[in-house]
Amino acid sequence: MTNVLHECDVLVAGGGNAALCAAISARRSGAAVMMLDSAPRALRGGNARHSRNFRIAHDEPSPWIQGRYPAGDYWSDLQGVAGSAVDETLAHLLIGESAGILGWMIGNGVRFQSADDDALPYSRKTAFFLGGGKALVNALYATAEGLGVVVRHDSEVRAFHPADGLTAVTVLRDGRKETIRAGAVVVATGGFQADGDWLRDRWGEAADGFVIRGTPHATGRPLKALLESGADPVGASGLCHMVAVDGRSPGFDGGIVTRLDGVAYGIVVDRNGRRFADEGEHVGPTRFSVWGDRVARCPGAVAFSIFDTAIERGFRPSIFPAVRAASIGGLAAELGMLPAVLESTVAAFNAAVRAGGHTEGILPAKTRLAAPVAVPPFGAYPMRAGVTSTCLGVRVDCKARVLRSDGQPLGGIFAAGVIMAPNILGHGYLAGSAMTIGSVFGRIAGREAAAHARR
Amino acid sequence: MPGDDGNAARIAQDARQALEICNACRYCDGYCAVFRALRSRRELSAADLSFLSNLCHNCRACYHACQYAPPHPFDVNIPKSLSLVRQRTYRDHAWPALPGGRVRHTGRFAMAVTLSMVAVLSVPALLWLPPEQVLGRHSGAGAFYRVLPWSLIAGLAGLTLLWSLLSVGFSVAAFWRSMGPVPPGAATGPALRDALWDIASLRNLGGGGVGCNDRDDRFSQARRRFHHALSYGFALCFAATAVATVYDHVLGWQAPYPVFSLPVLLGSLGGAGMMAGTAGLAWLKRHADPGPVAAELLGADLALLAQLFLIATSGFALLALRETAAMGPLLLIHLGVVLGFFATLPCGKFLHAPFRAAALLRWALERQEQRRKEPPSP
Ligand SMILES: Cc1cc2nc3c(=O)[nH]c(=O)nc-3n(C[C@H](O)[C@H](O)[C@H](O)COP(=O)(O)OP(=O)(O)OC[C@H]3O[C@@H](n4cnc5c(N)ncnc54)[C@H](O)[C@@H]3O)c2cc1C
Ligand code: SF4
Ligand code: SF4
Repeated sequence: MTNVLHECDVLVAGGGNAALCAAISARRSGAAVMMLDSAPRALRGGNARHSRNFRIAHDEPSPWIQGRYPAGDYWSDLQGVAGSAVDETLAHLLIGESAGILGWMIGNGVRFQSADDDALPYSRKTAFFLGGGKALVNALYATAEGLGVVVRHDSEVRAFHPADGLTAVTVLRDGRKETIRAGAVVVATGGFQADGDWLRDRWGEAADGFVIRGTPHATGRPLKALLESGADPVGASGLCHMVAVDGRSPGFDGGIVTRLDGVAYGIVVDRNGRRFADEGEHVGPTRFSVWGDRVARCPGAVAFSIFDTAIERGFRPSIFPAVRAASIGGLAAELGMLPAVLESTVAAFNAAVRAGGHTEGILPAKTRLAAPVAVPPFGAYPMRAGVTSTCLGVRVDCKARVLRSDGQPLGGIFAAGVIMAPNILGHGYLAGSAMTIGSVFGRIAGREAAAHARR
Repeated sequence: MPGDDGNAARIAQDARQALEICNACRYCDGYCAVFRALRSRRELSAADLSFLSNLCHNCRACYHACQYAPPHPFDVNIPKSLSLVRQRTYRDHAWPALPGGRVRHTGRFAMAVTLSMVAVLSVPALLWLPPEQVLGRHSGAGAFYRVLPWSLIAGLAGLTLLWSLLSVGFSVAAFWRSMGPVPPGAATGPALRDALWDIASLRNLGGGGVGCNDRDDRFSQARRRFHHALSYGFALCFAATAVATVYDHVLGWQAPYPVFSLPVLLGSLGGAGMMAGTAGLAWLKRHADPGPVAAELLGADLALLAQLFLIATSGFALLALRETAAMGPLLLIHLGVVLGFFATLPCGKFLHAPFRAAALLRWALERQEQRRKEPPSP
């Protein structure tokens, strides 16, 4: 084990959107920047690779975004998801800066889809990355490297040793430990959802049933290191942002396409063949996350969406083929349930369906989209909880400085992205806000870190 | 191997699986028509694959932007998958079918035919014609015809034209049918206009305005520009030939024409475009990231570029050296290469032009039909 020593003004830990924005911003502020990402080049870009759009306040339509989304609306949307957990100052900073971040991203090579493109759903709140998050990541890497940011893949940041002068950072690269001393450090390493042990610690055995929707490199080691150095925790370590995904998704990086679209149309049963929630309660965009959470709390963290041939026509199929059988009993056997239980669940449900699409006389009721499961062949998708990210972070101030519990900054350490998003979102989630937080606070953290390093 | 049947089903299945993932993802909607056309299709039939594969311009934007590209286990590689399907459509619909449909290395085959054409013209000429006819200096009106008689040149040209029209016409008709029935009620006039614009501008090589990924994950307009140089160069050469035909048959002015005459100017400009275009495209192919490329199809691509490059260079050489003793052999070579090119049109790669045009027309018809059904909201 050798100890190689390097120095730089600003060291950025991470390889996603927040890290890239921080590195570019620090470099543009004149600092010598090194960016370290634990992922190999082929998997660069963290979860940002899987993202699609971000949420921007704006007072009038532009080529990239329709309608208007005033700061006041943004603020009430944030309050709606975060409740009292929201740090008002940071939230208003986010909203205020969001208006200009689109132009900044464009200036750094990111392309957006034209707002009048008829292929897009109407959205007055979000701008869409042309080609999605990976195209954004490619553009930002090209810009960062073009500006002279030193980018290292396969380099895992393990520990920080904050000091009054330079902060020493321990890095594991090609199996060897290195020490890098930096004038300032920006930590943008996301959540800890890829650390199975940590998840198990919070969720028990259910965690073994979880699918991680994004990068396998978000193991949260830098987050742990910061908390151990005295950073003040925010958010909740026992909660995750999750959505319901097809149970056959790959363990990591399944991304957007594994979401199950049609859960509200049929019925959902646990692995014992029993219904446990009102399938018709959520039919809008919230349905994905509501079911993620519900499935995570089922026995074995698994459930099954069940439908018949008529119901199936109403929704977009999974990218995995449905499990099929000619009878409900046969389907139960395919799914490893007792046929008699599933048969009686379906029979009771069918008998309770009323015209108008709701049920009467069963618990839980289905309040919308209720239709009998009656036309063979029958189909099913296994469901699992797909984790987007965890909800634990470190407290920061308006300069993105990481704060200790006594409110004092942790010398020379800044944070951006999902690792500080709970300051604003609590454990709630507002679609499109995570990328904006990464861009806005990445830009601030990079600028402030460069200034700190120059002191 | 792009040729045998066991593979056809696998190629189609791979493309279908990848496109189903795209249909759930849609991140690439802004890049090109393929993703928009995909939206209205829940299940992908063979006709859909035929259509979508030819609608793809192989710009690779969607490969570099894809979070499911290899090494991801989903292994989504749309440009490669669609290239392979597209190549099958050339093979399946080319008229006349290549011998038994089993020619595997169509690129090598095309080059072999081209070289044979050169040989078929030059060897007998060199063996049997008087040396001063082939190797002497000729100048003034009708100089070319003193090497090969006018009737032979005109006859060969006429036959070639007829052959190409039949070949391309029947191939495109078969391909058009393979895309399935045209949506009823579409407005044909506007659709034609849209399709012509898409063809003339190569809009789908624009990656939603930023260019495409010719070589790697950075965007560029190089491929589009080289392709424009090549195809407009080709069109100018065609125009040069047409003007020359009018000069000759209608006005009775015999070739060769002076340097500042219309046919020579058009031909020179066109030839220069073709040389720059073919060389540039070949260079891009050699330096491109191999990830999204179906390596087994490169041979056919390069063969077509080589044929077109040879047509242009031999044409230029003929222009430059027409006053010298090299004129005779160069004329034979130029004619041979041109004949070889036309003879091998059904080999596939050239069909990309009319097939893409047909796919763009079909797409324009679908769009018109969509607009008719759901007029844009105010
Ligand atoms: C399927 C999916 C779709 C999404 N869609 C959207 C969307 O449309 N809009 C939106 O706003 N948000 C979306 N998100 C959330 C969005 O991806 C995140 O908000 C964003 O990527 C967070 O960026 P980040 O840079 O903070 O962290 P990440 O993108 O998670 O990046 C963390 C980076 O840190 C690196 N890293 C981790 N540990 C270390 C270490 N020890 N040393 C060095 N490097 C390390 C990782 O390799 C990775 O590159 C989506 C997420 C998923 C999974
Ligand atoms: S190519 Fe990849 S990113 Fe693009 S739409 Fe298809 S799956 Fe999505
Ligand atoms: S034209 Fe380009 S973006 Fe469209 S499918 Fe083909 S390779 Fe992908």
